[in-house]
Amino acid sequence: MKKVPQQARELDPDERTGGFSEVVATYTEEQAFLEASRCLQCKDPACISGCPVGIDIKKFIAQIVNKDYRGAYLTIREKNNFPSICGRVCPAEYQCRKTCVLTKKGEPFASALAINIHLLERFAGDYGMQECSQAQAVVSPAKKKIKVAVVGSGPAGLCCAGELAREGIKVTIFEGLHKPGGVLRYGIPPFRLPSETLDYEINSLRRMGVEIMSNSIIGRVRSIPELFKDGFAAVFLGLGAGTPSFLGIEGENLCNVYSANEFLTRVNLMSAHKFPQSHTPVNIGTEVIVVGGGNTAIDAARVALRLQKIEGITPNTTILYRRTEVEMPARRLEIKHAKEEGVKIRTLVKPTGFFGDQSGFIRKARCLECKLGEPDSSGRRRPVEIPGSDFELGVDQAIIAIGLKANEILTKVTPGIKMDKYGDVIVDPKTMQTSLDMVFAGGDIVGGEGTVIEAMGMAKRAAKAMIDSLLKK
Amino acid sequence: MKILQKKILTQTPDTRITQIEVAAPEIAVKVKAGQFVMVMVSEVGERIPLTVVASDRSKGTITLIFQEMGLTTKLLGRLDSGDSLYALTGPLGHATELKKYGKVILVGGGVGIAEIYPVAKGLKEAGNQVSTILGARNKSLLILEEELKSQSDDFYIVTDDGSSGKKGFTTDILRELLGGGKFDLVYAVGPIPMMAKVSGITKASGVKTIVSLNALMVDATGMCGCCRVSIGGELKFSCVDGPEFDAGLVDWEELTRRNQVYFEKEKHICKLNIK
Repeated sequence: MKKVPQQARELDPDERTGGFSEVVATYTEEQAFLEASRCLQCKDPACISGCPVGIDIKKFIAQIVNKDYRGAYLTIREKNNFPSICGRVCPAEYQCRKTCVLTKKGEPFASALAINIHLLERFAGDYGMQECSQAQAVVSPAKKKIKVAVVGSGPAGLCCAGELAREGIKVTIFEGLHKPGGVLRYGIPPFRLPSETLDYEINSLRRMGVEIMSNSIIGRVRSIPELFKDGFAAVFLGLGAGTPSFLGIEGENLCNVYSANEFLTRVNLMSAHKFPQSHTPVNIGTEVIVVGGGNTAIDAARVALRLQKIEGITPNTTILYRRTEVEMPARRLEIKHAKEEGVKIRTLVKPTGFFGDQSGFIRKARCLECKLGEPDSSGRRRPVEIPGSDFELGVDQAIIAIGLKANEILTKVTPGIKMDKYGDVIVDPKTMQTSLDMVFAGGDIVGGEGTVIEAMGMAKRAAKAMIDSLLKK
Repeated sequence: MKILQKKILTQTPDTRITQIEVAAPEIAVKVKAGQFVMVMVSEVGERIPLTVVASDRSKGTITLIFQEMGLTTKLLGRLDSGDSLYALTGPLGHATELKKYGKVILVGGGVGIAEIYPVAKGLKEAGNQVSTILGARNKSLLILEEELKSQSDDFYIVTDDGSSGKKGFTTDILRELLGGGKFDLVYAVGPIPMMAKVSGITKASGVKTIVSLNALMVDATGMCGCCRVSIGGELKFSCVDGPEFDAGLVDWEELTRRNQVYFEKEKHICKLNIK
């Protein structure tokens, strides 16, 4: 029997865009078995080195083949407390699947033949969620009465809290918003990561004894020195990259020009798509452009298209990106999904100005065409404007998704903490310790815009260093 | 987040201004004049900013004053003492720089009067000579008269219809005061047209003028950019860079338009009889 890669079942594009239901389904048991059986069980598995948290991929796949799903779940939980999240949002094609031996050398992302590790992880995670809610990864008995404060409840904060709690350390997470999850809540739409999955994974932390204080902005209600005074022995900063960048072009403050963060927060966190049952409004245009090429741009475009459909507007959402599709930093799968759903992608284009009507609402975007030039510092070919290629687009909503900067609400009021010119916190890469004693950091506040699993990788490193120095004392 | 006391400050057929005292011990310790909190009435509610009018550290409470305008403030008005807010976060924004300027004029219009109260108190304590101008549509809409009078060296009231104090606008008095002497600071909070007018007047006379802007917000921690304003041509976020700005640098027209962005949706939701 020839073993072919198992495709996860996906909702029909038309069915997807009528709402916010999850697009990709979890493998069935049979699919999981067939996919896991394709794994060559390499003697020296390269996939593990592609995982930022070093999950024993070979082992958990073998456990799935043996139908030991609980074992597979626990194997993953040894390294990653959130398999159901990571199985859904990890850009596996750039990570474990890319280093899978079935991917040809030199490919920009994983080949189709590479084992669908993320889907197997998700299968095991969801199995654990259904079947072994009591089967927590072993929690050590509290060795000492040690309390640690984790600031921020996004991927880095949640991961760090989980690692510490596992060692029996008492963790309190402080979250500024009214619900925990950070970017997993306000940024990633529910059709990629359902809120029930996120809630489950967060509640599994609570079951490990982690306390979560929402509505609590550190730097405002308490400073870092005050956390130490309150008895916390160490502090982890998982502040994220929360401040949206704008293009700096004419007309960017017109009505119906949104940052992707605002647009997504209104929908994902505040449920604006359920207005008026939910009280937070969001506007949706008939001709929407999204500027950018990352996952956030794709998410914003797919949300916009859904809102158009919900409102009975003929879907018309276009992503404008100044390079070509190959250079788009977004996940390949998401690009594919967006296109299937009807999102148009117009590459080699950059907006140079927005123009509005008398009431100040955007009506037009002026753009320039670009071509690819020499590679820049990111290694991607630089977009070069073509003079005289100006053209105009009729637009009644623009969503800017060109990146995020560090949120400085805490770091600005913390004397002595060292930051780079971007406002990112400087750490010792081995221990993730900041310039302040017993203050550690990880995730986007350290590395700029990374992936969920990269943030978790940093958080794990920090947690290890924290545990080492706390238990030594 | 429990409401410990509720007091209706003024009620007319079309306007109601309410004061609530909310348990918020951590915020009460930290909050300073000029700062605000974000409030959610229910899980499906909006996040709205409200300026903290007063705080009591020993009781662990903060005082908020709001006028029922949109759905969220109407729902907030329906809560009673004993009820709890769904969410309360803060203190947010920069605090007012309370120091000795010399002679200062405070201008409060409508519910904006509530916001100048903590500033008046702070500026008086810092040794300034405080002149206060309060304005409202009519006598029954004036709030905190006695409280502000007690913090002021000179005190003026104007109403649109002359039912209390002089007939006219706050800016009439402001112009008179500026014409009659030298002042070191003007601090104004009120409806955008009033603040824009104040800014026009003081720009001409060169007096440093601070306004507290009421831009729409979502997270209020600098994450979304909903509250972005143009200040001297630069992009600023009201939530983390403000809410106070140099009045002369504010693009009032842009702020007016951006605050109207959900006008249709607001109108729609207010018509529905949401419990």
